[in-house]
Amino acid sequence: MACGTLKRMKPTAADFKANARVALDDPQLQRALSGLPTGLVAQRTSAKAALPEFEAFRTIGRDVKNHMLANLDLYLERYEAKATAHGAIVHWAETASDAREIIAKICRDVDAKLVTKGKSMVSEEIGLNDHLEAEGLRVVETDLGEYLVQIRKEHPSHIIVPALHLTEQQVEAEFREKHTHLPKDRPLPDPASMVAEARAIMRQNYIDADVGITGANFLIAETGSTVIVTNEGNGDLTQSLARVHIVITSIEKVVATLEDVAPLLRLLARSATGQDISNYVTFSTGPKRTADPDGPEQYHVVILDNGRSDMLGSEVRDVLRCIRCGACMNHCPVYGAIGGHAYGWVYPGPIGAVLTPAQLGVQTGRHLPGASTFCGSCASVCPVKIPLPDLMRKWREAEFRQGHQTFLAKAGLRAWAGLAKRPRAYHLAARFAALTLGALGRGRGGFRSLPFAGGWTKHRDLPAPQGRTFQQLWAEQQKGLAPDV
Amino acid sequence: MFKTGSTARDRILANVRKSLAVPAGGTDPREAVVARRIAEHRRHLVPARAQLPPSELRAQFASYLIRGKASVIDVATSDELPAAFAEYLRAHNLPPTLRLGSDPRLAALPWPSAPAIELRHGRADPDTDAVTLSYAVAAAAETGTLLLVSGPDNPVTLSFLPDTHLVVLDAAMLVGAYEDAFDLARAHLGAGVMPRTLNLISGPSRTADIGGKTVMGAHGPRHLAVFVLG
Repeated sequence: MACGTLKRMKPTAADFKANARVALDDPQLQRALSGLPTGLVAQRTSAKAALPEFEAFRTIGRDVKNHMLANLDLYLERYEAKATAHGAIVHWAETASDAREIIAKICRDVDAKLVTKGKSMVSEEIGLNDHLEAEGLRVVETDLGEYLVQIRKEHPSHIIVPALHLTEQQVEAEFREKHTHLPKDRPLPDPASMVAEARAIMRQNYIDADVGITGANFLIAETGSTVIVTNEGNGDLTQSLARVHIVITSIEKVVATLEDVAPLLRLLARSATGQDISNYVTFSTGPKRTADPDGPEQYHVVILDNGRSDMLGSEVRDVLRCIRCGACMNHCPVYGAIGGHAYGWVYPGPIGAVLTPAQLGVQTGRHLPGASTFCGSCASVCPVKIPLPDLMRKWREAEFRQGHQTFLAKAGLRAWAGLAKRPRAYHLAARFAALTLGALGRGRGGFRSLPFAGGWTKHRDLPAPQGRTFQQLWAEQQKGLAPDV
Repeated sequence: MFKTGSTARDRILANVRKSLAVPAGGTDPREAVVARRIAEHRRHLVPARAQLPPSELRAQFASYLIRGKASVIDVATSDELPAAFAEYLRAHNLPPTLRLGSDPRLAALPWPSAPAIELRHGRADPDTDAVTLSYAVAAAAETGTLLLVSGPDNPVTLSFLPDTHLVVLDAAMLVGAYEDAFDLARAHLGAGVMPRTLNLISGPSRTADIGGKTVMGAHGPRHLAVFVLG
């Protein structure tokens, strides 16, 4: 049975344009992505309709997370004290490599051989699997979607549906190729049969695991708990059957009380999968108690910074409110066209377009904030009202300041700015363009190709202007409508 | 800029304070705000669907659970529970063996009234236990969500390892909002105490990770049956 060596994710965000081209020409990917509008998007819409207070909860979600961020140091201290009182061992990691080493050491100290792992985007961010495998450990992803990308030696293409890019047929082929301990000609006619096959494999892994690693959607200062949210129950078997439970999480996940988690729970599943709530929401606090018949003997929580405390003092602070629901990517026309892998880093879609330049630098991540029409869908569905287009614009400004744009882009922007700041010249130029293009194109109604406009005309014709400019029409209409003149 | 010997913890928290422009020294006015927020644990908005009259809450609770592919069985008195379990097992062609913890409310049931049922106690055994039985501490009707508390009374593996999970809920513990259920859990556990796990369960295990199609029983139970008592 397969559990391959996963290469640590090498960021390819700098190659975004090439990645996007490949994605657009991938028929399997396009078929997999075509289910988004009728799937996750439609499901969110109906879940929202069934909760009339949904928009009010978005405002509450924003305010709750803002309060936590404004007092982040204090809530982290209180969380740590409460968790420790319940027997947790809390570790702090400034960087990805610190976090990897802390977790590797815990595994070494208990002489671990097999590690099961629930879904955790922070673990992807720090490249945990690769590091543990280099230490000689076997690491098995237990979330079905994560397991699929693991056996394919890929990375998640979506933060809540890791294998969104795969079709049913690809999964069947993968299972036949990788599950070599099973008869070659076994029937796998539908997802149910494939899920049953994966379930049987995973059962033994849960039982044999020495260490179970999960992420956390929230940390609660009041109770010292970490919270996970799943539909499969894999995160629970991962943490309750292993000898040691390690939670890998990050500083911005802390909230004050159970009452502060409640509105976030109401928002999370509805925004993510369109469920009212995910099947399993689990608050974990410490290792097994003396009288408990099950549960881990050790409970570690690794709290990662990895640039977040810097982001807190930066222009993109609002992004730290993110509760990782994936709604922004589900509703993004760019994500819907190219999928998650093209973004070239752990967090795809609009949230990735803001996080990637912060984590990898503007030079590497600069194409991502550019890959947006600023249609605003992402901000309008974000459960904690992160102004994603505004934050992308800030990265575009930083890109311009740092001079990463091409000569052509810079020259073009400069020419545009020069014109836009001089209304007379602008009107003159617009009239000239409208007249010439109108004269040239009137006969055929539009242009199939134009110099400097290939990006537009490759996919659609440019209609020929009808004669006068908008400014002229506006002025004429104003005159006609103003009775006193 | 940091003196040697400072820990990663101190450096992270110092950088957070720097980013928040927290003035050094003196009393931090935020301390009182944070202490009060935790001590008061005030509620935010509670949705209307969580504030219905009790009879409507009960109907809504059942309808959400059933929509989530769970079963809901009404039982008038605790004396009738063993027979209700036996009937469920028969109807679903399940072996007449139940794994349960040491919950006194379950121990006090008149088990001889269902002589076919064999009881096993302790944590779930993945090889032998097809059906397990737990007692919920509370439930929230706003989404059909059970609250379970781990421990010897109701070991957490009972909720995740079997094919079929049976859960008893006192109708009196069925409330509207998550916040109401959290309050019942707080009362049950005592101030400031948390179990190893507090589990919110709203249906049997499922996944939609293959082709976006929902399949039941990804890793945990394929079936969840809730016996609402009273």
